[in-house]
Amino acid sequence: MIDKIASSVADALKGVQDGSTVLIGGFGTAGIPLELIEGLIDHGARDLTVVNNNAGNGDTGLAALLQAGRVRKIICSFPRQADSQVFDGLYRQGRIELELVPQGNLAERLRAAGAGIGAFYTPTGFGTELALNPDGSPKETRVINGRGHVLEYPIHGDVALIQAERGDRWGNLTYRQAARNFGPVMATAARCTVATVHEVVELGQLDPEAIVTPGIHVSHVVPVPRRATTAGGFKTAA
Amino acid sequence: MTPTYQPRSKDELARRVAADIHDGAYVNLGIGMPTRVANHIPPGREVILQSENGILGMGPAPAPGQEDYDLINAGKQPVTLLPGGAFFHHADSFAMMRGGHLDICVLGAFQVSATGDLANWSTGEPGAIPAVGGAMDLAIGAKQTWVMMDLLSKSGQSKVVAQCTYPLTGLACVKRIYTDLATLECSPQGLRLIDAVDGLGREALQELIGLPLLD
Repeated sequence: MIDKIASSVADALKGVQDGSTVLIGGFGTAGIPLELIEGLIDHGARDLTVVNNNAGNGDTGLAALLQAGRVRKIICSFPRQADSQVFDGLYRQGRIELELVPQGNLAERLRAAGAGIGAFYTPTGFGTELALNPDGSPKETRVINGRGHVLEYPIHGDVALIQAERGDRWGNLTYRQAARNFGPVMATAARCTVATVHEVVELGQLDPEAIVTPGIHVSHVVPVPRRATTAGGFKTAA
Repeated sequence: MTPTYQPRSKDELARRVAADIHDGAYVNLGIGMPTRVANHIPPGREVILQSENGILGMGPAPAPGQEDYDLINAGKQPVTLLPGGAFFHHADSFAMMRGGHLDICVLGAFQVSATGDLANWSTGEPGAIPAVGGAMDLAIGAKQTWVMMDLLSKSGQSKVVAQCTYPLTGLACVKRIYTDLATLECSPQGLRLIDAVDGLGREALQELIGLPLLD
């Protein structure tokens, strides 16, 4: 029998190792798998490469993982936030490596990893500083139909940590509103995907027409109490 | 000579941009000043707003107390969903943006060149924390990229330039520049004047920008 419902966060995170690449879902405050990030801190793995749209807010979640000194490198599109002081400090002290990636390249590189694509050409970033490799050498480019394109490679994860809304023992998932964001694409890009859900349902109770992530992409489902996403430390509208 | 013209206020500029958005358009409004355009869509036009974090049919900010932080825009502010709106994941959202499906995106800018190069993601200041978000995807992905900004910097320099000195977001990607003083079109040959505020003549505008306007 397949039963992907994990008995605990710690159980679901057993596969994480020192040096793992960890894909972490969430955009701003929506869809952050907070319980799993806290579990990762408790787990103790070090030397991690983390992939997230941002680089932590306030002093909880990803920011706490950074503060604990567990992250060697972060791959993200928008580290600078009103409350990204933990990342900012580490970055200025040269204690964390940053690979800055246009957000669409981040999403598409994850998609490519999940879809078995070796690399892809995109016009995003052509002619800019972000068409350079971390060592400053230019990325491969090609003119296609008269337009400059940059060659971009997939981002494979060892583990993906995502937040969903409902799930079943086969690992099928649905999401809530814009908390979906990177969850479905990260789930396809990692060898092991761990998803928190607010509700575990019986097989057949999720409308098959509405399942967003089919269970094949999910290794562990961890039920967690429903918790309203809050504004965190974000600035309110002017 | 003292100027005899009045710059467009932020709301007048937003109204000027909104006037050019056609009925039925799919539009992404960048963070900051462009967000204001949503408040000025002329009555009778149905315009569908996209947000990069996976929303189509985005509505206005919720009433105080009704905020739901699972439903936020690209600037991480709470928003609402209109009836008919849809959610999708990030790879689909950026495929929508990069694949030429949006009719218009409106972005802020530090500088735009006469031929439509855009600089809006980094001032290149040493020690600054870089952040790019969806700027490069938006700049090159929509059917039309419009910029909305003040024509002059705080120190009085034209932000429309022959060549951008700030780090580039995209090459030859801006079609139109809506500013507080004039509306301009970028082309491979250079700038064309669409309109200017009352009292600001072509010669005076050319002088402010420091670049020729094509006939």
